[in-house]
Amino acid sequence: MKKIVLQLFILGVLLVSCKEEGQYASIPQKKVPDRVDYNFDVRPILSDKCFNCHGPDANKRSEDLRLDTPEGAYGALKDSENEFAIVPRNIEKSVVYQRITAKDSSNLMPPVDSNLKLSDYEIKVLKKWIEQGAVYDAHWAFSPVEKPQIPNTDSDWVNNEIDHFVLNKLDEVDLQPNEIADKERLLKRVSLDITGLPPTPEMRKKFISTNNTNAYEQIVDELLGSDHYGEKMASHWLDVARYADSHGFQNDQLRTMWPWRDWVIYAFNENYSYKKFVTYQLAGDLMPKKNIETILATGFNRNHKINQEAGIIEEEYRIENVTDRTNTFGKAFLGLTLECAKCHDHKYDPISQKEYFNTFAFFDKVIHRPKAMGEVLAEAPLITITDEVVEKELPFVNKKEPEDIEVMVIEEKADIRTTHILNRGVYDDKGEIVQPSTPESVLKFDTLVYDSNRLGLTKWLFDKKNPLTSRVFVNRVWQEIFGEGIVRSSGDFGMQGDLPTHIGLLNWLSADFMENDWDMKRLVKQIVMSSTYKQSSVVDDKKLAIDPDNRYLSHMTRLRFSSETIRDHALATSGLLNEEIGGRSVKVYQPDGIWEAASSGRGILANYVQDHGEDLYRRGIYIFIKRTTLPPVQLTFDAATRDQCEVKRQSTMTPLQALIALNDPTILEAARVLSETLIQEESTVDEKITEAFGRIMSRTIKPQEKEMLVGYYHDQEEAFANNKQKAKDFIEVGEYPILKGRDEVKVAALMQIIHTIYNLEETIVKG
Amino acid sequence: MDKEVFEHYLNTNRRHFLGKMAMGMGGVALGSLLMPDLLTGKKAAEEQLPLGLKHFAAKAKRIILLVQNGAPSQLETFDYKPKLNDMFGQELPPSIRGEQKLTGMTAGQESFPLVGSKFSFKQYGESGTWVSELLPNIAKITDDICMIKSMHTDAINHDPALTFMQTGAQVGNRPSIGSWFSYGLGSENQNLPAYCVLLSKGKGNGQGAYSKLWSNGFLDSSHQGVQLSASEDPILYLNDPKGMDRETRRKMLDHLASLNQLGYDEFGDPEIPAKIKQYEMAFRMQTAVPEITDVSKEPDHIKKMYGPDCMVPGTYAANCLLARKLSESGVRFVQLYHQGWDQHNDLVGEIKGQAKDVDMASAALITDLKQRGLLDETLVIWSGEFGRTNYCQGKLTKDNYGRDHHPRCFSIFMAGGGVKAGMSYGKTDELGYNIVESPVHIHDLHATIMHLMGLDHEKLTHKHLGRRFRLTDVHGHVVKDILA
Repeated sequence: MKKIVLQLFILGVLLVSCKEEGQYASIPQKKVPDRVDYNFDVRPILSDKCFNCHGPDANKRSEDLRLDTPEGAYGALKDSENEFAIVPRNIEKSVVYQRITAKDSSNLMPPVDSNLKLSDYEIKVLKKWIEQGAVYDAHWAFSPVEKPQIPNTDSDWVNNEIDHFVLNKLDEVDLQPNEIADKERLLKRVSLDITGLPPTPEMRKKFISTNNTNAYEQIVDELLGSDHYGEKMASHWLDVARYADSHGFQNDQLRTMWPWRDWVIYAFNENYSYKKFVTYQLAGDLMPKKNIETILATGFNRNHKINQEAGIIEEEYRIENVTDRTNTFGKAFLGLTLECAKCHDHKYDPISQKEYFNTFAFFDKVIHRPKAMGEVLAEAPLITITDEVVEKELPFVNKKEPEDIEVMVIEEKADIRTTHILNRGVYDDKGEIVQPSTPESVLKFDTLVYDSNRLGLTKWLFDKKNPLTSRVFVNRVWQEIFGEGIVRSSGDFGMQGDLPTHIGLLNWLSADFMENDWDMKRLVKQIVMSSTYKQSSVVDDKKLAIDPDNRYLSHMTRLRFSSETIRDHALATSGLLNEEIGGRSVKVYQPDGIWEAASSGRGILANYVQDHGEDLYRRGIYIFIKRTTLPPVQLTFDAATRDQCEVKRQSTMTPLQALIALNDPTILEAARVLSETLIQEESTVDEKITEAFGRIMSRTIKPQEKEMLVGYYHDQEEAFANNKQKAKDFIEVGEYPILKGRDEVKVAALMQIIHTIYNLEETIVKG
Repeated sequence: MDKEVFEHYLNTNRRHFLGKMAMGMGGVALGSLLMPDLLTGKKAAEEQLPLGLKHFAAKAKRIILLVQNGAPSQLETFDYKPKLNDMFGQELPPSIRGEQKLTGMTAGQESFPLVGSKFSFKQYGESGTWVSELLPNIAKITDDICMIKSMHTDAINHDPALTFMQTGAQVGNRPSIGSWFSYGLGSENQNLPAYCVLLSKGKGNGQGAYSKLWSNGFLDSSHQGVQLSASEDPILYLNDPKGMDRETRRKMLDHLASLNQLGYDEFGDPEIPAKIKQYEMAFRMQTAVPEITDVSKEPDHIKKMYGPDCMVPGTYAANCLLARKLSESGVRFVQLYHQGWDQHNDLVGEIKGQAKDVDMASAALITDLKQRGLLDETLVIWSGEFGRTNYCQGKLTKDNYGRDHHPRCFSIFMAGGGVKAGMSYGKTDELGYNIVESPVHIHDLHATIMHLMGLDHEKLTHKHLGRRFRLTDVHGHVVKDILA
């Protein structure tokens, strides 16, 4: 691994020197390693530039030559039994090398019209690889998880196994990890990571004042025991499960899947093992001890979009639904782009089109609506949740309305239809009949061990020999905490995906996760207890130059909050948050006319009917998601579209976000209400500002900051005193009842200061 | 350098980059305008495009796409089929229909009686382009436009067809065409988004137009279409809250910047100065956008040309006028959606109002651009998502009828930006069901539009989950015959 590290180091240094010359757009030259590694150096090149025509896809294979297997590469060429694509240790006789270096463009590979080109560096790597014997290794992610030795590092910095792996790699690039972050910032970080909420003032006070060495661990345990933990974990799972409150096409009718969402929160809080959590969702209807809870969980596979347009061709959209379930299975649980094998064999990964439809077959046995039902809230198969059901069997469903709720679920009928390969993926172009099975390169689906249904599929998934399930999930939990996974392409563990930055760490954590019965809370705790996690987020020029992307984890990356957390933070710190868990989704403040302008005018979601009272202060995960017209704040802050399974959100920065932070009534109302609260306290202006700052930033205000803000307050107080109408107008925001008899000038001035604090960069950053 | 490589390079080194920027080193354009200010100097954005990104000399610099949402009938507008009038009430011959799947709305119909247009057609201009009486103003500009009567698509229902037209795929979270241009070319204006969207509703049977259609897909969300509305907030959350004047806002931003600077001193994270810049750009947008969206200062002859509706915010006419202003100000891609073209029944009654809504302003937009000398560098496209059947849906009477969705042929027109003017391209059969000459698929249209903008549709790619994606997927041919 050291070689890669060195390359990156050189890359970093060159980058800096390029910059000094102002040549931002030039790609620095990397140094070819002394010993090339197939998985880490060679295969990414072959996969990206060659496999498209000389890879796993048999139908598109050119000249019958495949370079993804040694047999293919070492064998004789189609037209010439004395010529070979690759002859290990012989550059002259390796036709591949001759072709990639051909002077004659008609002979050059990749062909000019492919728009692909090998760089000098890439040619050198391939040359060296052939010279060193052209050895093929199995793809790392398809090899079973083996628990590696923990590297020996000798440092007081280390707190648990994670740190040994991280420190070991940092040593290779001559970077030092940061010291542990200050207590206040650490508390903010861990509270947000476990519950999605900032620490309460009481928690902060307690943690700051104690010198108990176990204090941090106690806080972690306390947070893991909070019911808000389930909400935080659910917010990512809802992206994975493409959860929404509407069907997603055209008139985009209302649906009622929220009891399923309540179950997800409950399952996380009960600390179901990942195995149980997923098994219920994929096969709860097939379990020997099935009950209404396990069946409700299968709603996971009904969260996909449903087309209720009058004109649709029924079978086309049934196939579309089964396709969605299959693709979601691939991405969410295996980290594979299975969908690429629907129309043809996968171009890069060893997944054939037949194997795609083998996997498809598991989800194809599901009962589909007999015919288009029109625009209904829930389409069969479904369960009906009555008050009695809630009371006796599903106490976690937060049902307040007297009406029964219908939730879509999965119901199997084994002999309902035969599954065919669909040629070119076209819904009515049926090919060969296929049986339920899975891609063999991952793990053979042995029908003596696993039943040929979705329950068998989950057994296959959670077989400890399955190389992907644990790695993929552990990686995503890591991603949600550090901003990037150990494998950065968390949705693609295949050949085109990113290689792990810490393969040993990933393997160790994955093996450990399985050994400990897929215990999710334990995994989260393990990560947040590490010194790697607890480091401060300060960076210096050296760290930025050598590792601008923080792949080596020499510090904690500062991460902007998710759209939900931005909201939750404002509500929690202002005291507005309604901590109720679950229930129907809510419609909060939103500029007028968005739904109306975008809809056809038909259906109950044509007009936006905002909720009032306590419902306005629910957490972000409960915001109503109409798929075709997403909540604008969420959309602007990179929330997932819920169009299909998503495992990673973007994090962008745009001026539209600044406009929201400045002008969204949600934030303004939070500032107003907190101002009113503090105005009532018998305290000085200094104290009020100190208190507001502490609540919002979860840290003590610095003298310089205080001086600036207090000065600003007096300036604003004077300005509003000179124009009382402006003060009156400014504080008239939000539906939360106003403080009677308030001094409008003072409320407005303090509100302006608080609103400024809400707009600070650090406020919505997990640092 | 490849666009994709370039963006990758930017992303992987973003923090480092921004760090240097904060220290005053500029010089690179990012794809979109929503981020550009931190990276650009004073040169026009176009001069700073990554090397090799422009694949050809561009004919057009900007696009205005007028989406006739719901699918206008080609048979009542541009594709003249007198034979259908002769064969009124006769069955659609099965040999013509072939294997065409029908929508769930007419699949159960026992009979498919042919019906011709109730509206008369004439040829106009030197080009002799056929236009129906429903569109008298468009008829006057036929020598400025290129009519394509041989468009076809894969989808037969609104949502998939619109999504296909917008993204090159019927399903899946792919980037919209405007996002691709924002990604590929960036914007020409520092204070406006590269991709703007305007919505209006006609009087006819409507189908929704929603944010999913202008989504950035897997591209960076700075390439998202930004919807401008007719309300007081032309961009969502643009206006300051009540009680807040510009001076107070300015003061707040100054305090924010000073406090954020303290954070930067402590953490050294280059994202912090970047955020300060975002707030500054937001502040500038607050003045720049309302200036653009205020059409009241347009001279009378312009108002007259677009028609009285152009002073009514939120109408198609007002949006056409606004589109000109936005485009003129450097917005790369302006997209209008006008709902109401879905005439399954009462076609005769509904289409009149629908045509009236768009006729004058569509023609005015093209004329206006031409008079300003902008038409040469602006590509205007007028199109629905598919066509309509030559047979009647529902009850056929002598006076009225309806038409179902038809993917096999429809008519669109383009103007300016490097397309031939005064041309009719492609032909359908005499019953207006199948294309008999020069078919143009949606992928071909996309390839052609990109070509006119100086981009090779096979080269503008973005790598996502291991695969290089294009707007045209693995298809598409530039329609060379219509290039000027």
